[in-house]
Amino acid sequence: MSNAPSTSQSPALQHEGPVTRFIRATEIDARMLGMIAALILIWCVFDIASGILRGNFGGLLGGSFLTPRNLWTLLVQSSVITVMSTGMVLLIVMRQIDLSVGSMLSLIAVATAVLQVFNLSPYLGVGHPMIWIIAVVVSIALGTAVGAFNGVLTAYAKIPAFIVTLGGLIAYSGLAFLLAKGETVAPMDKTYEIFGGGITISWLGPFWSWLIAVVVCAAIVFAIINGRRQRQRFKFPLRPMWAEVFLAALGSAVVLGVTSVMTSYPWPFKLIENYAKANNVVVPAGVENRDGSAVCMAADKVVRCTEGLIYYTGYSVPVLVAMAVGLVMTFIATRTLFGRYVYAIGGNPEAAELAGINTKWMTVKVFALMGALVGISSVISSARLNAATNALGVLSELYVIAAAVIGGTSLAGGVGTIYGAMLGALMMQSIVSGMSLLNLPAAYQNMVVGAVLVLAVWLDQLYSRRVK
Amino acid sequence: MAKTSAKKAAPKKAAKAIETHETPQAVKGREPHAKPDGRGTPLIEMRDISIAFGGIKAVDHASIDLHPGEVVGLLGHNGAGKSTLIKVLSGAYKRDHGQIMINGDEVTINNPRDAKALGIETIYQTLALADNVDAAANLYLGRELRTGFGTLDDVAMEAECRKVMHRLNPNFRRFKEPVSKLSGGQRQSVAIARAIHFNARILIMDEPTAALGPQETAQVGELIKQLKAEGIGIFLISHDLHDVFDLADRLCVMKNGKVVGTAKITDVDHDEVLGMIIAGKCPKGAIPGPGAMREAA
Repeated sequence: MSNAPSTSQSPALQHEGPVTRFIRATEIDARMLGMIAALILIWCVFDIASGILRGNFGGLLGGSFLTPRNLWTLLVQSSVITVMSTGMVLLIVMRQIDLSVGSMLSLIAVATAVLQVFNLSPYLGVGHPMIWIIAVVVSIALGTAVGAFNGVLTAYAKIPAFIVTLGGLIAYSGLAFLLAKGETVAPMDKTYEIFGGGITISWLGPFWSWLIAVVVCAAIVFAIINGRRQRQRFKFPLRPMWAEVFLAALGSAVVLGVTSVMTSYPWPFKLIENYAKANNVVVPAGVENRDGSAVCMAADKVVRCTEGLIYYTGYSVPVLVAMAVGLVMTFIATRTLFGRYVYAIGGNPEAAELAGINTKWMTVKVFALMGALVGISSVISSARLNAATNALGVLSELYVIAAAVIGGTSLAGGVGTIYGAMLGALMMQSIVSGMSLLNLPAAYQNMVVGAVLVLAVWLDQLYSRRVK
Repeated sequence: MAKTSAKKAAPKKAAKAIETHETPQAVKGREPHAKPDGRGTPLIEMRDISIAFGGIKAVDHASIDLHPGEVVGLLGHNGAGKSTLIKVLSGAYKRDHGQIMINGDEVTINNPRDAKALGIETIYQTLALADNVDAAANLYLGRELRTGFGTLDDVAMEAECRKVMHRLNPNFRRFKEPVSKLSGGQRQSVAIARAIHFNARILIMDEPTAALGPQETAQVGELIKQLKAEGIGIFLISHDLHDVFDLADRLCVMKNGKVVGTAKITDVDHDEVLGMIIAGKCPKGAIPGPGAMREAA
């Protein structure tokens, strides 16, 4: 009903600088650029600092942070939080919160471990192929059920989510303790352990890693071409061609770059040696070199060398699980009715209700989805530790919420992205693991993580105020 | 008749939903010869509606009707119950008592979805937009278009949105931005687009011009006349007497949850209507309701 925008927009278009024009043309989220810049900065600082304090371990800037080994580990470590943060985004977007995810993780892990160790293994026999399947299914189902329970209390009993899940935080950890009888339940099934990424068969190796990378690159290019064609069909304004090419190239470069880092981390020396022994692989003769990562025979002794038998890890299963979850959750959030309703409810709950959306049932579903993701995380977590304890998920709810918030999810609801939360999780984990690398005591680590959370939200406030 | 058939050409989904609720007589009720002067079956008849919140009777045995192609202005102070009465019709509130008839057939409206299926669309005073999503998402909120795979067909929704917005607000270009960034008038046009895009038979407009400037108000007025000509019945809730006298055929005044009286615009003047609103006095030209003061009746 107003012609104000067209008159106010065009002069602005003429006066904008090259950076603004670039961001507008590529439709890149400027916030995300900021986050990536901050992440790279953090990485560089840790690499330089670790170089100064502990010497050069082959890092890009002379330290030990920007090494394939550390980055590989970083991704594996952050996968648990990453998986859960994707669900937390949707909950916070819908103006809810789940404080119980940490305790829920412990509970599910312990319950599944007890099932595996004391019920399935004696009944089916140790190593039976059904064990891991049952364990994974039960984890996800249990998570969904507990999440749905939280959701029902929130939506239908109208208890604020903060209280419901605060109660859950306390109660579920009590239940986990009871189930585990305060003990560590171990060991997990061998196949189940693959989800933790701690054993050689959970590493994909260069061939499969590169294959996945190529497929993903092809998918990116296809998505961009398909999107352009769709918009052409309806005669919508198109992105400039250079922007499309740039986006395709950038996306592919990131995928290939990450893959090349992942595939240049060799197996630990001992594991190569053991694998060669177990599978009768001939270890070539060579000259000993203590800095090498390959395995050679030098005078009947197995030694480290530069040119010899070597295996590279490539992507590990938990990282792939996290990436797949991220992909599926992005799809759910942006391409489905469910996702659209989550955002609409977050933007204006009354409007959503008046539009005929069943907001209560939606609340239950989103809590249940959160629970399912906690189930997946609990599998990764207990498989990685090869054990379950009632302390497995302690404090992870705070890391999950922090990851979502650092990733740009607004606690006022309605705003947040899956990729933002995943980046947020990576950033949290980078800070934690970087400080461990510098041998900072845990007390300082906690102080820094807390400060970073507050700082991130403050910066975000400043940014959004400027945008407005 | 030509207008009616033109309307049929618009999206099928909503049309289908309406047809399932229509009886042969109901279709007859939409014929242009059903004059808005009380003859013929009313498009909508709300009989003896009551709703209470806690101990407060927000609407108390109110009855009101609306004919095709008619605009009925609903007047009253804040808290008189007009918005509440209308929210019963739009499905936002469930009535405690009373009946709702469409074309003479009783219908059940328990939620906004029921109301929409019956062709009742509402433009709320608050606009009821999800501020964080774009115009197309708001236009289709609750009845999204989907692709063959069941995913959201955002491109098709944007295309439809561009069409309907072009009709309402030709200068509108900001299809990619969340509606929170739009101006008041633009937001209003998104809300109106949503109400008229799905073949509404009955349109409820709650203070449609409250947030608008004079030019935009005039545009809304034009739109109401156009919709009226298409045979749509409109409830217009307003504080503004001038608006009601300009646009409505009849008016209905409420006070303390009760209907004071209904009258044709031509049978009453401004002062008499003010008397109805403020004192509950029902003038000679109006048909008194249960809320009218005894001595005036």
